[in-house]
Amino acid sequence: MPIEANGKVYETDEEGYLADLNDWNPDLAAAMAKADGADLDENHWEVINFLREYYEEYQIAPAVRVLTKAIGKKLGPDKGNSKYLYELFPYGPAKQACKYAGLPKPTGCV
Amino acid sequence: MAKFETPEIKDETVDIPALQTGVMSHSKPYVSQDKFQAPLGFPGELVDNWKDVAINKLGELLETNRALQVFMDSCVKCGACTDKCHYFLGTSDPRNMPVARQDLLRGVYRRYFTLPGKYFPKLVGATDLTEEVLGEWYSYFHQCSECRRCSVYCPYGIDTAEITMATRDIMNAVGVGQKYSNEIIGKVFKIGNNLGLPQPALADTLLGLEEDVKDETGVDVRYPLDEKGAEVLLVTPSADFFAEPHVDGLIGYGKVFHAAGISWTLSSHASEAANFGLFIGSAENMKKIALRIREAALDLGVKRIIFGECGHAWRVAYSYLNTLAGPFDFLDPRYPVPQHICEFTYDLIQRRALTLDKSANDHRRVTFHDSCNVARASRMGDMPGGQFVIPREIIKAVCNHYYDMAPDTIGEATFCCGGGGGLLTDDLMELRVKGALPRMSALKSVVEEHGVTHMAAICAICKSQFAKVLPYYGFEMDQIVSVHQLVSDAIVLDAKQ
Repeated sequence: MPIEANGKVYETDEEGYLADLNDWNPDLAAAMAKADGADLDENHWEVINFLREYYEEYQIAPAVRVLTKAIGKKLGPDKGNSKYLYELFPYGPAKQACKYAGLPKPTGCV
Repeated sequence: MAKFETPEIKDETVDIPALQTGVMSHSKPYVSQDKFQAPLGFPGELVDNWKDVAINKLGELLETNRALQVFMDSCVKCGACTDKCHYFLGTSDPRNMPVARQDLLRGVYRRYFTLPGKYFPKLVGATDLTEEVLGEWYSYFHQCSECRRCSVYCPYGIDTAEITMATRDIMNAVGVGQKYSNEIIGKVFKIGNNLGLPQPALADTLLGLEEDVKDETGVDVRYPLDEKGAEVLLVTPSADFFAEPHVDGLIGYGKVFHAAGISWTLSSHASEAANFGLFIGSAENMKKIALRIREAALDLGVKRIIFGECGHAWRVAYSYLNTLAGPFDFLDPRYPVPQHICEFTYDLIQRRALTLDKSANDHRRVTFHDSCNVARASRMGDMPGGQFVIPREIIKAVCNHYYDMAPDTIGEATFCCGGGGGLLTDDLMELRVKGALPRMSALKSVVEEHGVTHMAAICAICKSQFAKVLPYYGFEMDQIVSVHQLVSDAIVLDAKQ
């Protein structure tokens, strides 16, 4: 299921997660969201950027609680909760936001 | 993902549906690839002589697993199991009647391993092993969560889970594995847990929890990692570090250890309680995963091993840990090896060693979902049925409002959440939603009758599955909670005794 952005085609896995982390760019994230019928606004980007920063440091997506705390600090305490994140990413912040951020899908009993 | 309809909840008990033959034959999880197969010792793709390999593997399993041989021969087609499977009740596909699913393997067994099957296959329901049959195996043996509810009702005690595990083992031997389970097992070997959460991320996450609990309670509750000399090694599913509501349970375990004044630690080497080797029926992989727990216990010099809230992990721990990774003669013999966190907490409650404010949970009216592997494949405490009594007694000690679901849906008759046995993956969402129907029906009934607001569970898979499927049935995702989340909210830390 390759995905196209800016005239270039990128490899993904069966579920649309980017095959090579290094291929990622913001246009690709927007293209992935569009394919899901979503538009990314600045709130989505706050999450996506944090995920990428965290991944770069730890080689894994942040735990939901780590993410909500970080977003709460950046965007205000009313947004530091999973309800807010689910409004942004209805399929679940861990999975949908990771996909747009070009990160692998979290595996396991989650 | 193809669209599908969520079944309608009609009544507390789910009626036997009108049959729709083959309606779930399209349901197949993603097939594993070489990079996920190789670390487990399986071929990366379908091998050329796969039929010979499959039949040899079945022969080997019949030799080494006497139960499987008995299960292949003893079914008399009485039909007692037919309406006991949540996947049958939810999907209406007659192949999901446990006997019909089993017969996909039994037919091949008869063809190659019984005299009448060799000479008169049509007369005895013996089938040739073909690519079509392999495809049916792949589909329908990934529509069994190995929950063993059907086995409770089988007059011969045939254990469907064993047949599913054997068939998955055969499929892996010929190079047709399931991506979800096999990728995860590889991560345990490489990093130590299903998520692939490396030590620094784990340390950072646990530090964050210490800050959160300090903010909420003003008390320095610790969530230690890799601390040598601790009394207890806690082995818990990695979902407890990562997901909600799991993490609220982990916070609860920490508070209980704090209140008990017992030193404990998590291990980055054994940062996973789950053992998906069970799900794929691979004794070798199950052993390899279990040995990490032994290694961690020895390395850290602990005296006790306690397991967190994880259903099938408790089956592996309770029933097989000593065989897989024993002897554990280096642990303190005064305590069970291993112990369940619920046994630990229950014991403290019995001894009045915890200060509990039940009113903290007064905004909740709670029911309890018995997880299949805890209910039907293990025990807790020193009394028969302790695995049913102990979690409920803990909930009742921390909540004023507790209500059981209908008796034929709990205890040893409990319905699977719909996501167990290696099926908790997005590519099986239709199956997961439909398979949850019996549990959702029973839940709806106590919601209407008793105003139940929350369902508690002691399994990471159950918790993730319900968080996902509850909204399909008109509930909220946060109506599923960890048992130790309820404890966490009620426990009064550093109270004057």
